[in-house]
Amino acid sequence: MLALTPLYTYANIINTVSGFHIPRCRSYDKKQNSLPLTFLSIMNRKSKTIAVINYGAGNLGSVANALVKLGYSPVVTSSIAEVLNAHAVFLPGVGAGGDTMKSLEVSGMAAAVLKLVELQRPLFAICVGMQVLLSSTEEDGEHRCLGIIPGKVRKLPQGLKVPHMGWNQVRQTVSHPVFGGIPDNTYFYFVHSYYAHPGDSSAVAGVTEYGIEFCSMLIKDNLFATQFHPEKSGEAGLRMYSNFLKYALS
Amino acid sequence: MLTKRIIPCLDVTEGRVVKGTSFTNLRDAGDPVEQAAFYYGEGADELVFLDIGATPEARDTMVHVVEKVARQVFVPLCVGGGLRTIDDVRRMLQAGADKVSINTAAVQNPGLLREGAAIFGRQCMVLAVDARRSGEAAWEVCTHGGRKPTGINVLDWIREAVDLGAGEILLTSWDADGHRSGYDNELNRAVSELVAVPVIASGGAGALDHLYQALSIGKADAVLAASIFHYREYSIRQAKEYLAAKGIPVRLQ
Repeated sequence: MLALTPLYTYANIINTVSGFHIPRCRSYDKKQNSLPLTFLSIMNRKSKTIAVINYGAGNLGSVANALVKLGYSPVVTSSIAEVLNAHAVFLPGVGAGGDTMKSLEVSGMAAAVLKLVELQRPLFAICVGMQVLLSSTEEDGEHRCLGIIPGKVRKLPQGLKVPHMGWNQVRQTVSHPVFGGIPDNTYFYFVHSYYAHPGDSSAVAGVTEYGIEFCSMLIKDNLFATQFHPEKSGEAGLRMYSNFLKYALS
Repeated sequence: MLTKRIIPCLDVTEGRVVKGTSFTNLRDAGDPVEQAAFYYGEGADELVFLDIGATPEARDTMVHVVEKVARQVFVPLCVGGGLRTIDDVRRMLQAGADKVSINTAAVQNPGLLREGAAIFGRQCMVLAVDARRSGEAAWEVCTHGGRKPTGINVLDWIREAVDLGAGEILLTSWDADGHRSGYDNELNRAVSELVAVPVIASGGAGALDHLYQALSIGKADAVLAASIFHYREYSIRQAKEYLAAKGIPVRLQ
């Protein structure tokens, strides 16, 4: 029974789809082995799925590692069906906004993300993943983005070191369970040269100061987005992912 | 407010952490995965791994170390040492590194920085420079783990490398490294004022005040240190508390 690994475990997908070779985490194995077999088989069929979108870019391994550490077994996938069927979805991002948009469109994931939002499916977008939610970005010329949140992505002002790289504080501008156990003005890890400037300020959930005050976190219904990288922000970041998943899967 | 980063460095050879003086006389300082987890628990802002063995076999070992570390450490990881090609870079990033530091290969093939920045983003491409003092306010780039002087002026090279795509500078003073008598802050300051990307000061930390000087006089954005943390002379937290008391913004949680 224990040999019947779920078809789309994190490790399988990592190995087959993205070329990563990361054996399954020990804590996850331990957890699974400690469960009674009958419960295990039920869980394999019925447990809620978490997808990390693989569109040929981004820090997929880091996001998946963080989720595994929290006891989940995410699938890292480039399958649109799998993304649309997941109960909670992560959209990672690293690199340039224009290139990211292009990869999302080429892979068909742009339409999938729009569909997820329409379905009110819990979605967590990170860094450039957040930026592409806006109407357009001025990175490397003007590029149209997904337009889920009205507004533009702009370059950080001159005079300070760019990229904005390191740990900075997030001031929480709304009260939400995703901030549970995370004090106001907690430090998170940032690395970016552009920032989201939403036209709709009602979606702003957190702001950060770097030369200017910019929107570092968005929440709109079941859509969550951070300019910072929770998966690289120590225990506070893990807590944020944990809060999101508890909220999303409840 | 953006904080200054405190970065323990783990020099790794054949899967073990080692520590030496001016790049030689290596002593064993433990298991890299255990050390990384320990520093993460202590509040390190980031970790740097330098593979100083850097043979092809050592690189395989390093990939496995990075994979293991990435599963339990949730702060940025930078890996360097012997990376020569885009494929080498890709392999480390896929193993779980967030950035790679490139030294000799960038001097031999500056196009690697441009190509790496185009594919992975410039935030992934850290230029490592080993700088050897060659006169009054003048430094020479050394490659091959500090063994080979190149005749290239450090400031000229850094300016060019940032234009090409380097997103951060890991700046090691060859003269100060391992001597525990302080960073070369004239060097740190010259580079920090020269380029708009962050500068990590490295080489020479022997006391907490050295960290403070590199961040204040040297204007560095981050400080890297090895021996003061490895031999538990100071904890990361002690270092941060010391800096905070002197008015340096640090992450203390």
